[in-house]
Amino acid sequence: MQYLLLLYANESGWSNMTKAEQEQGMAAYAAYTDALKKAGVLAGSNRLQPISSATTVRIVDGKSQVLDGPYAETKEQLGGYYMIDVPDLDAALAWAARCPGAGHGIIEVRPVWAK
Amino acid sequence: MSRGEETTRSIAERVARESYGKLVAFLAARTRDVAAAEDALSEAFAAALAEWPSKGCPSNPQAWLLTVARRKMIDAARRTRSGEAAVPELQFLAEIEAASAEPHLPDQRLALMFACAHPAIDAGIHAPLMLQVVLGLDAKAIASAFLMSPAAMGKRLVRAKHKIREAGIPFRVPEREELAGRLDTVLDAIYAAFAEGWADPEGADVARRDLAEEAIFLARVIGGLLPQEPEVLGLLALMLYAEARRRARRTAEDEFVPLAEQDSSRWNTAMIEEAEALLHRASTFGAIGRFQLEAALQSAHVERRRTGRANFEAVVEIYDALSMLTGSPVVAINRALAIAELHGARAGLDAMPSIDDDARLADYQPYWAARADLLARVGNTDGARHAYDIAIGLERDPATRRFLQRRQAAL
Repeated sequence: MQYLLLLYANESGWSNMTKAEQEQGMAAYAAYTDALKKAGVLAGSNRLQPISSATTVRIVDGKSQVLDGPYAETKEQLGGYYMIDVPDLDAALAWAARCPGAGHGIIEVRPVWAK
Repeated sequence: MSRGEETTRSIAERVARESYGKLVAFLAARTRDVAAAEDALSEAFAAALAEWPSKGCPSNPQAWLLTVARRKMIDAARRTRSGEAAVPELQFLAEIEAASAEPHLPDQRLALMFACAHPAIDAGIHAPLMLQVVLGLDAKAIASAFLMSPAAMGKRLVRAKHKIREAGIPFRVPEREELAGRLDTVLDAIYAAFAEGWADPEGADVARRDLAEEAIFLARVIGGLLPQEPEVLGLLALMLYAEARRRARRTAEDEFVPLAEQDSSRWNTAMIEEAEALLHRASTFGAIGRFQLEAALQSAHVERRRTGRANFEAVVEIYDALSMLTGSPVVAINRALAIAELHGARAGLDAMPSIDDDARLADYQPYWAARADLLARVGNTDGARHAYDIAIGLERDPATRRFLQRRQAAL
């Protein structure tokens, strides 16, 4: 089954880190991504730009309404995702627990709608 | 109902109790579609009740039910899924065909219980889900036992089954390293079911009384499948000790009798002895846990059967250990009552937890009943009367309420 691991964290945490800490953080994510690849379960992954770059769009009264900013102002923001392909929820949860993001934020695990 | 029908019905009911969970586990293990397996099985049981009286019971009722249920599942899969989408499911159902010819079905009930009590499922629904999926109890009976509306209970059960299927919760006994934590959630759910049954001492509500028996049955199933787990033995022992005292909790006039005043000759000796043996066996593993401790408490209380006096030294020691393990205010209350037995009511009152430390105590009946009793014993009549007022207002069992009212009147 495919699961999307959604990585939520407080964005300001990153900018408040020293350069060395950021490098260490990046290395941890790189190692995690490698581990997913080696296990043959990685189906896709991306890091997102901060919410300051976010724009929302919706149709109101037949007209598209474009607004600056994210969908919801929250303490933690969606910062990236991993799409993995594993046999069941337990396997997905085990991978989520290994993700560096679980240490400084929250990982939401969502099964992908099966076709 | 004719005699033949009655026999068939009782055979069907026996098979249902023993095989229901096995059949659900087997039918749903691959697809994780518990609801579909349940639907197919209920149709199979209906077919059995229709056919067996006239054609006679099959030699292997379980295999018969599996075959019929499988056919119903194939029909349902064809109806709901078309073309290629149905292929994997139909392939799997063909495999079941082969398996149903075998005399012994693999017992995957434990894996099913672990799925029901998975941490990804809301903890409050673990026990109801297990009772329904493993034992086949209907939502209405479960709802009444858990004091919930049938509609709300039904919705929560459907939602939980949906989550098992859609989120891909596996039917699997966890690996060694995570077994302990996951087993706790299964045992907690079983104990919750037992507690609901136990909360109906008059036995007026058949569904609730059955719940205590069903919980004991589930613990026996787990004990049979995981014989090396001392906490499973501890839980089974704990429930048997409690169940052994069921009759003694009421007088012939249906009045509440507190543990200290129960006639120990009305306790069920066979159950107590089984409990003692289980607890002894659990202790040989050298891994103490909450359920073993609670069972040990019961053991200290039933010592009165032989010595005429409960072993309150042991009771206080065990509450000390439990208190460290759980930090529960309920444990603290019972510990205070045991201290009162050993060192007097004043010492008991000093050991009582305070509402300032835990606001939940404010509407916890046993806290007020315990306080009232201790206050009365130190001569604080006004305080006792006030505490009894609150306890009486919080009690839901009529016999216990009458008991508290009598105590209050005697002040």
